[in-house]
Amino acid sequence: MNWRGRWGRRLAGLGVRGVGLLLFLALWEAAPRLGWVNSTYMSPPTAVARALYLLSRRGELGPHFLISLQRVAAGLLVSTLAGVFFGIFIGYFRRLELYLDLLFQSFRQMSAFAHFPVFILLFGLGELSKTIIIFWASLWPILLNTCSGVKNADPVLIRSARSMGASRSFIFRKIILPAAAPEIFTGIRLGGSYCVMAVVAAEMIGATSGLGYLVLYSQETFNVAEMYAGIVSLAVLGLGLNSALHACESRFTSWRRDIRTGE
Amino acid sequence: MFKVRADRVGRCFPIRGQEGNRDILRVLEEFNLDIREGEFLSLLGPSGCGKSTFLNILAGLDDLDQGSILVDSEELKKHSFDRGMVFQSYALLPWRTVLENLEIGLEIRRVPRRERRETARRYLRLVGLSAFAHQYPHQLSGGMRQRVAIARVLAYRPNLLLMDEPFAALDAQTRESLQIELLRIWEADRKTIVFVTHSIDEAIILSDRVAVMTARPGRVKEIMEINLPRPRSEDIRNSLEFARVRQAVWLLIRDEVGKTRQSLRIRA
Repeated sequence: MNWRGRWGRRLAGLGVRGVGLLLFLALWEAAPRLGWVNSTYMSPPTAVARALYLLSRRGELGPHFLISLQRVAAGLLVSTLAGVFFGIFIGYFRRLELYLDLLFQSFRQMSAFAHFPVFILLFGLGELSKTIIIFWASLWPILLNTCSGVKNADPVLIRSARSMGASRSFIFRKIILPAAAPEIFTGIRLGGSYCVMAVVAAEMIGATSGLGYLVLYSQETFNVAEMYAGIVSLAVLGLGLNSALHACESRFTSWRRDIRTGE
Repeated sequence: MFKVRADRVGRCFPIRGQEGNRDILRVLEEFNLDIREGEFLSLLGPSGCGKSTFLNILAGLDDLDQGSILVDSEELKKHSFDRGMVFQSYALLPWRTVLENLEIGLEIRRVPRRERRETARRYLRLVGLSAFAHQYPHQLSGGMRQRVAIARVLAYRPNLLLMDEPFAALDAQTRESLQIELLRIWEADRKTIVFVTHSIDEAIILSDRVAVMTARPGRVKEIMEINLPRPRSEDIRNSLEFARVRQAVWLLIRDEVGKTRQSLRIRA
């Protein structure tokens, strides 16, 4: 009874949040069918769903999806390791940040896609330059957020621990790192969504697999429904990644749960 | 027997003056103070007189430029397991539960986990917050948070307790009840407490002695013995003796507050 009540509420919640999406789908369905837009260029959602079904039955969708996921995961893993490591380092030694801040801010403002030709020149058209552009796109939010999280650790907490004779490493492990954790996770989630954007670009140039390739290839061969199927799959990939990272974040920062919802 | 002996302590900070020229702010100068073993001593003074600076130096959080400080007849050490400090802003770790917060000092001293838990529970009971062991600090009121902070420093069992205006952010009722609670706890084991405050009443109610400081550069102007009987309770505020001491301290501090105002006016 209780169980059903809980799931009922969850479904109802999903229903409320889905209102916008459903309206959009209805509009999308109506537009080509009622002749508002040329149906050659815009397939209605039902056709896209059919394309999704056919693609997966032909065994094409799964591999494209997985290879994109794999590229995103690899890039995000490397950028998380590097970003958190250097972010902590730079945030901890403030002088360093002074020297590097302008450089990093400029890197962050530069579009990752602008660097893609450079990476292709340097690393060729293979997997390496794909991983690197994904890494590059997601590195900056992770690095800068980690840095600011470490820097913003409440000084009174550090002073309190120091007055009790805590060592540097104790303060670092038990005060600064947990204090920075929420901002680090925000950076990783931001980085995750940049990864999904970057993978598309990476797969549109010189690739023969992945969802980005699927979208471009379908467009070139006038398989418009399949093109939309690829785009929808990318949205699913992004949503899935974000909620996975969110779940991870909640586990580590559970103490903030009722602060976030305003107690 | 002296717990702390501060001899001609001086401390200054470089600042930027009005026209952006470099200047030196002398916060403490010729600061002499002996603190007895097991006494409750308050440092009372106008804001900016350097009382917190002295406390920070005692806590190992700041350096001194001149003079010396002896603790237990030895040179003050920057690193020590023998001191604990309570801050006005509680300084509780927001990601730890109340009980885990109490354990942090014991973790620093590498006390085994089980003993840590037990000690933490005992001191939480002492401040009457056992029911809140598994709450997070942000779920508590300000007064409760400060009680947790006090329990935390007590659980760590330092021989020298430093308190930097711990009740200044609380409302009047909470403040008064916490003062009495602190007395009750302190009267049980009588560890040395150095208590910084700018409230005359608070200093008198709590202390054995009140050291009144001068305006900046700060030094001890006079030390008042507070001979009110212990254990003290709320009623002491209404006693004749309290009023008499209060008047005496007020006269001492009036001139210093006036000096601070004057120097502010000159600057403005």
